[in-house]
Amino acid sequence: MADSKFPSPHEIEAIPGTEGWERMYPYHYLFSTKDKERKEYEKNAFWFNDALHYPEPMYPFDIIWDEAWFLALSQFNTRIFMIPPALGIDHRIINGNIYITPVPVTDPEEVQKRIPLFMERAGYYYENWDKLHDQWEKKMKGIISEIEALEIGPLPEMEDISVVKNGLGTSSGYELLKNYDKLIDLGILCWQYHFEFLNLGYASYVTFVDFCTKAFPDIPLQKITQMVAGIDVILYRPDDELKKLAKLAVELEIQAQFGEDTKDVKDVISELQTSENGQKWVTAWDDTKQPWFNISTGTGWYHQDVSWNDNLNIPMSSIRIYLGKLKEGKNIDRPIERIQEERKILIKEYRSMLKTDEDRQTFDQLHGTSELVFPYVENHMFYVEHWFHSVFWNKMREVAGIMTDHKFINQIEDVWYLSRSEIKEALWDLTTSWATGTKGYGPLHWPEEIEWRKGVYQKFKDNPPVPAVGTPPEVIAEPFTIVLWGVTNESMAAWAKLKEIGDPDKVNEIEGFAGSPGVVEGIARVCRSVEDIGQLKEGEILVAPTTSPSWAPIFQKIKGVITDVGGIMSHAAIVCREYGMPAVVGTGQATTIIKSGMKIKLNGDTGRIYIER
Amino acid sequence: MEKRYDYVLWFEECDLESVSLVGGKNASLGELLNADIPVPPGFAITTKAYSLFLEQNNLKDEIKTLLKQVKSDDVESGEKTSKAIRELIESAHIHDDLQDYICEFYRRLSKRCHVPAVPVAVRSSATAEDLPGASFAGQQDTFLWIRGVDSMLNHIKKCWSSLFTARAIYYRQKMGFVHDKVEISVGIQKMANAWTAGVMFTINPATGDPASIAIDANWGFGESVVSGECTPDNFIINKITNDITKKSIGHKTVLYTRDPENHCVVKQDVPSERADTQCVVDADAIQLAKVGKQIEKHYGRPMDIEWAIDKDTPGKAKILILQSRPETVWSEKKVEPIAKPRASALEHICAGLVAGRKVN
Repeated sequence: MADSKFPSPHEIEAIPGTEGWERMYPYHYLFSTKDKERKEYEKNAFWFNDALHYPEPMYPFDIIWDEAWFLALSQFNTRIFMIPPALGIDHRIINGNIYITPVPVTDPEEVQKRIPLFMERAGYYYENWDKLHDQWEKKMKGIISEIEALEIGPLPEMEDISVVKNGLGTSSGYELLKNYDKLIDLGILCWQYHFEFLNLGYASYVTFVDFCTKAFPDIPLQKITQMVAGIDVILYRPDDELKKLAKLAVELEIQAQFGEDTKDVKDVISELQTSENGQKWVTAWDDTKQPWFNISTGTGWYHQDVSWNDNLNIPMSSIRIYLGKLKEGKNIDRPIERIQEERKILIKEYRSMLKTDEDRQTFDQLHGTSELVFPYVENHMFYVEHWFHSVFWNKMREVAGIMTDHKFINQIEDVWYLSRSEIKEALWDLTTSWATGTKGYGPLHWPEEIEWRKGVYQKFKDNPPVPAVGTPPEVIAEPFTIVLWGVTNESMAAWAKLKEIGDPDKVNEIEGFAGSPGVVEGIARVCRSVEDIGQLKEGEILVAPTTSPSWAPIFQKIKGVITDVGGIMSHAAIVCREYGMPAVVGTGQATTIIKSGMKIKLNGDTGRIYIER
Repeated sequence: MEKRYDYVLWFEECDLESVSLVGGKNASLGELLNADIPVPPGFAITTKAYSLFLEQNNLKDEIKTLLKQVKSDDVESGEKTSKAIRELIESAHIHDDLQDYICEFYRRLSKRCHVPAVPVAVRSSATAEDLPGASFAGQQDTFLWIRGVDSMLNHIKKCWSSLFTARAIYYRQKMGFVHDKVEISVGIQKMANAWTAGVMFTINPATGDPASIAIDANWGFGESVVSGECTPDNFIINKITNDITKKSIGHKTVLYTRDPENHCVVKQDVPSERADTQCVVDADAIQLAKVGKQIEKHYGRPMDIEWAIDKDTPGKAKILILQSRPETVWSEKKVEPIAKPRASALEHICAGLVAGRKVN
């Protein structure tokens, strides 16, 4: 892989008509040739498009999470746990798409110096995992209730008399500025917590993976994951709750009132309210909403990834799918016993094939730790990307509502075209002009700028990003990168190959990671976002950039899954293993090459996809 | 006449207890079948049948007399005697009662295999490997693609007479073994008429992964795979979960098959439309791997196995196991811990991080 098959990051040109796009994003995210040293660093690093988190170009506001994890992951590696060979992950942006690169510790002496520090610091976390994890959960729930309680009030013509009588000493304008800051701060804080355990979880997992791969060179990654994956994972709860509600409807004999997907959830609920059993069900439904419907319909990283709570038709539609399955007499429960049994057998059999007592001891040590830390790896997403984010986006909409009222933006959903610091500036403009009783400058500036940015964004969307730029390394040492993004030499080679072929209509075979075993043939359905999943027909193979827990119910309908991005721990891979359905993940460009209606064969054992043309 | 059990036994009826009656090779075939390992079907002609044959033809005394002519310092005398005894045995008549038993079993075997006058392998099966005469016989005489009762009976006699090769005679004399105490059994076994065949290792020979089964397969008989004359299809199957973890389809250019006229094995070009076609369907490869696991369990060690999928048996693919021997390359490596033992998982994690993760 020494000879670069990827363009230099400095060679990528602006898409015509988007010139000046750089001002939409933080200045330090730009590739630059101004300084020789920085240019060399950028040219020699390998930057891959983080399409796992960002299947679409970045909105200027939504980049907040990228900055948040840029800081959080990197600081835990570099400054807190002192991971001996790995520093943080660096970020850039090209034409609206994020590119990242892991930064290694290159000086061997420095690595040695970091070892005892890491042992002490990480050791403390591993030893006190359960206690610290309980504490983590409390912290997370704490900031979630804080953000839920955050009031974003309108600016009144005249402050209430209570301001005077209580001697408050501040105004609603100040409160708005303060609460906006608080909102942003809570978001950043949430992402600090997000990475408190994650890297240690991956470090443990990767070590177990390495040991297993040495002992059993052919072992598929998914088998290793199966040995450590939690059974009772919180991420499955929302889906389980829907199943419960479906069963309750059958039990109460009210399933006929749910109708088809054309019937709006409001009509279903109001109809149910007319009977005693219906009311019982509605109570259960309402009780489930908090927190279980705080599930994003996307990755949770984008503002447009609405949650089930934002669009109750989504969980309602899923309940209808489960009602249908129940009517056919099918078991809709996750096959927990089977999963547990398979897991037990895998652990026992692999262990029994080790040849020495020493190896059995190492296996037990590493398996034990991985099993301890893995539930966090699986569970944190519910708290952060789903629950917290869902609340966060709506609070931001309240801020945007005030900006709309003051004509700073034309509509609420325009706010995402501004960065968080631009919003802060605009709020200053807004509150000072409100305070002064003059007209703000914002209405003259932002709507026009937003119109331009919308055009730029659309052009970003129309031009798919290159998978990677820069110089591919001989090896990738940063373990988290490998686990999370599935970036290995193999996948890079596959991406490079695709790039060489050029014409996606001529590709007959795509390679990815064997995400979940099994072979299946069928008709492909390309769904670029959760809004497209309505088009899926029974027995089709889902082809998507990536999937999230809110896609869960459709896994009952399909025969297999293919994703562009994601390693063995991606949502699609986890869920497919659960359902015993084949999956190939991290293919790079499946959604570009495969078209809906194509007949394809997917081999989840080998990670290959064959297209019949 | 005694019961047929004294003279002919299905392989299924043989086990290690019956070595003295059916010889080591037949007994072990019985053991494999009883462990549900599908070796080609067949039957054993017992040592008692051999004794009866000698008795009914009054050959014992004649052989004794002839053997007296062997002089230990005269090689020629041994050769001459051997030739005379072997001619004597091979030209003698197997009496009808014994012949009936054998031929009835052959007829039933043909029926079992759905092939009229099924081609068989006729081979001697020594009663004890440490008996030198027997071991010579056991090693030397295997006759393949024997078809029809007359030919079979003739070859049975050839196996019997193999006890009296010059080498065997000299060896017994030198070691002081009594010639007429030496006995021999014969096995009659269906020839695998391979549609597809190859080899299987119950450890991945390329990586040494003990949790993998590796299968190489080509059209026709296994010779093309064993000799390395073709690029076979290759399957890696996970022993625990029985799924195919890797598969590559070879470009297969040559195959070995049986010439239908003279029953000899011939080499042919693979028809072009089959050259790149997978020669074992996934389900059969998995089934084969399951058999591999049983064989490994039976012998308690990684094995190197020759197998075939028989085309005579109607209905679903019939897997036949032709040979199994211990795997030697990986099994004989010195066993050392994979990872240096460490006091805690954390130490392993730290060491692992420092070592980095070399992808490829």
